[in-house]
Amino acid sequence: MLPDPNSLYGPLDPAPDAGYENAPPRMGFFTDTSVCIGCKACEVACKEWNGVPESGLDLLGMSYDNTGALTANSWRHVAFIEQPRPAGHRTPPFAGTPTDGSVSAASAAGAAGTSERTGTDPGVPTGTPSAAARMAGGGPADVLGPIAADPTAAGRGAAGPQFLGMPGAQPPGRGTGVEERTDFRWLMMSDVCKHCTHAACLDVCPTGSLFRTEFGTVVVQEDICNGCGYCISACPYGVIDQRKDDGRAWKCTLCYDRLGAGMTPACAQACPTESIQYGPLDELRERAAARVATLHERGVPEARLYGHDPNDGVGGDGAFFLLLDEPEVYGLPPDPVVTTRDLPKMWKRAGLAALAMAAATVAAFVGGSS
Amino acid sequence: MTPPGPVGDRFRRFRERLAAEGDDRPQVSDDRPSATSGAAATSGEEFASGGDHPSDRGTAASSRRGDLTARRSTEAGGRQGRRRRRRGGGGGEELRVPEAEFTSYYGRPILKGPVWKWDIAAYLFTGGLAAGSSLLAAGGQLTGRPALRRAGRVTALAAVSASAVFLVKDLGRPARFHHMLRVAKPTSPMSMGTWILTAYGPAAGVAAIAEAAGVLPRHGLLGLAGRALPPIGHVAGLLAAGTAPALATYTGVLLADTAVPSWHEAYPELPVIFAGSALASGAGVGLLAAPPAQAGPARRMAVAGAALELYGAHRVETRLGLLSEPYRLGRPGRLLRAGRLLTAGGVAGALLGRRSRVVGALSGTALLAASVLTRFGIFYGGVASARDPRYTVVPQRERVEARRIGMDLPSDRAVPPTV
Repeated sequence: MLPDPNSLYGPLDPAPDAGYENAPPRMGFFTDTSVCIGCKACEVACKEWNGVPESGLDLLGMSYDNTGALTANSWRHVAFIEQPRPAGHRTPPFAGTPTDGSVSAASAAGAAGTSERTGTDPGVPTGTPSAAARMAGGGPADVLGPIAADPTAAGRGAAGPQFLGMPGAQPPGRGTGVEERTDFRWLMMSDVCKHCTHAACLDVCPTGSLFRTEFGTVVVQEDICNGCGYCISACPYGVIDQRKDDGRAWKCTLCYDRLGAGMTPACAQACPTESIQYGPLDELRERAAARVATLHERGVPEARLYGHDPNDGVGGDGAFFLLLDEPEVYGLPPDPVVTTRDLPKMWKRAGLAALAMAAATVAAFVGGSS
Repeated sequence: MTPPGPVGDRFRRFRERLAAEGDDRPQVSDDRPSATSGAAATSGEEFASGGDHPSDRGTAASSRRGDLTARRSTEAGGRQGRRRRRRGGGGGEELRVPEAEFTSYYGRPILKGPVWKWDIAAYLFTGGLAAGSSLLAAGGQLTGRPALRRAGRVTALAAVSASAVFLVKDLGRPARFHHMLRVAKPTSPMSMGTWILTAYGPAAGVAAIAEAAGVLPRHGLLGLAGRALPPIGHVAGLLAAGTAPALATYTGVLLADTAVPSWHEAYPELPVIFAGSALASGAGVGLLAAPPAQAGPARRMAVAGAALELYGAHRVETRLGLLSEPYRLGRPGRLLRAGRLLTAGGVAGALLGRRSRVVGALSGTALLAASVLTRFGIFYGGVASARDPRYTVVPQRERVEARRIGMDLPSDRAVPPTV
C-alpha cells in the first residue's frame, strides 16, 4: 500500500493511515476552559486510574498551580493564570480604583527562583527569573528594568502585604482593602496530551514503542520503550517526558484500557463541570463550534478554539481546547508544526552533505602533488 | 498559613534584589541565587551577555518589535502601558535594544528540553571522527599510504566503539538498547542511524583488526591468517568508507528532526557542519599520525572540512534571526567561537607547516579539539533554545501574524479595554 500523500503533513484520518481496517471513529477530548473551576479532579482521577506515581509536594508559589507542567508523573495539568489584567473586552472590574502591583506578577518572579524540580527529573526546568519577570505585569520583555526603574512600585511591593508563598484564601482586595485591589483575571485550563494527527513523538520513536491505536490516539508501550528520549525533544507541545529513576517516557494514553471496554477516560469521568468532554472527534468539533458561537453571543468574544483545525501544523489535535486568551498565555505553543513535515528535505540535505564529503575525500587524494 | 518552605524566602530575596538594583542594570544579575539549577544558570549567563551586546540581537527581532510592542503595551493598558509608550517614544535614557516581547505561562518553558546528556554531544564528535578516519583510511589504502591507512582504521574502531558506549549509556534503559533493532523507520533518524551504525561498525572493526597482520608470525596457522587478513581488511575498509558519509551526516537530521527551535530551523546547515567537522577531525588524525611526506591528502581534507564547517556554522549563527541567538550567546557561543579559532589555526598550521612533523601534529590536535567544541556548541545551543519559551513563542507568533496579514483577517486578539 502506498503511503497517503498526507502521511507526514496535512489533514488525515490517522487510524486507517496506520493500517487499521474498519477502525472505530476517532475519539478525543474537548476541554472547554470556560467552565473549568480548577478543582484538579482530573489530575487525581488520572493518577488513580493509571497508577501514576506521586510527583511529591511542591509549592511553586506562583498560583494555585502546584503541578507546574505536564510531566511523566502528571498526565493532566491544570493551569491557573492569575494576572492583573481584565479578561477580554470587559471593563476592568476595578477601573478607577487605586491598584497595586499584582500579587501574581511578583509571585511569578518568586516562583522562577525555586530550585526544586517539579514532577520529574529531568522534568520541567524551572523558569529563569528574567523569563518569569517578563510575564509579570502583562508582559514587557524587560520587566526587571521597569520594576527597578520605578522606585515607587518596588517600594510599594516591599511594603505591601507579606508574601506568603501562595495566594490568599480571600478574593483579591477583600482582605486588604480597596487600596490593594488589583484588576485580576483568573483563567483555568486542564492540559493534556494532544494526540496529534501527525504525532512527532510517534514518527521519531526508533523502537516502535509508541504506536497509533484504533481510536486514533497515541500510546507508549512501556515494555518496549528503552528511554532514548527522542520523543521528548520531538513533541512540539512539551508533553511526553522521561520519568526519573525509571528512564522510560510516559504520557497520557487517553485511557486506552478504558476505551477498549467502551468506558469514558478517567479525567472526563471525574470532571464535575463537563469542562473535559470525551467522544468521537467529529461530534466534539461540532459541539465546540456551537459552544464558541454561544460564548460570542453572550459577550465573550475572546473565546477561541485551539487544536481543532485539521489544516493546522499537526493536522489537528485529538484533544483540543476552548481558550479565553492566546495559547501562549496557557503555556501552549501558538503555532506548533510537526517536525517531520520537513523530514524529506532534511534527508535530501544530509544526502547532499554526504556526497560533498565523499567528493572532498576523493579530491583530497587524487588532486595534489604530495 | 505561612508555608515554612523556601519559596517565601527566595521570593523575598528576589524582591529585595529587584529593589536594590538600579535602572541601568542590563538583565539578570550575576549574584543570582546559587541555588538555581544548571538550566537557569546557563540562561542567566545568556541574558547577561545579551545585555552586553545589544547589537547582537537579530534584525528579525527588532523588526517584529514594532508590531508586538504596540500590541502588548495597548493590551497591558493602564500605568504599565503608558510607561512603556513613553520609554519607546525616545526619552533618551533607553539606549538598550529591548528584547522581542511575548507572553508565556509564568516564564516556564513550553517544550521539554532534550533529556540527552553530554554523552550525545560527545557521540556527535566520535561518530564524525570514525567516519572521517574511515574515509582517510580508505584513501590511504587505495593510494598506497600505509601510515594514513593504519591510523585511520585504528582510530575508526576506537571512535565507533566509544560511540556505541556513549549511545547505550545515554539510554534511560541501557539494557534495552537492542530494542532499536526491532524496526527500521525512515521517519526516525535515530532508527536509520542505528542501522547505519550496524552496517558501519563491524566493517570498521574488521578493517582495524586486519592491521594486526603485520605483527603476526609468517608461518603456521597464524601465518595463514596473516596472509588472509589484508584482502579482508581491504574489502572491509571500503565498506566502512562507503557508509561513513551517511554516518557523519545523519546526525544532522537526528538533531534537526525535533521540536527544538534552533536545531529544527537549522536543518539545511546541520548536516553540512557535521560533514565538515567529520572531515576535519579525520584529517586531524592523518596529520597527527602520518609523516609529512604522506600527509598531503590529510592537509587537503582539512581545508575542505574546515570550509564546510565554517560556512555552515556561519550560516547557523546569522541566518536564523532570533533562533541564531542561542548559538551566539553564553556557553554555546563561546564553544563555537573557540571552535572557529582552532579550526582556522589548525588549517593554517597544516598548510604552512607542511615540512614539520611537530607543526603537523599540533594542527591535527587543533582540528580535533575544534571538532569537539563545534559539536558541543551546536548541541548546547539547541538545548538553550528549548529551555526559554521566547524561542518557541516569538517565531510561532510571528508566523501566525504573517498568515493573518496575508489572509487579511482581523486580529482575533482581545481589543484593549477602555480605561
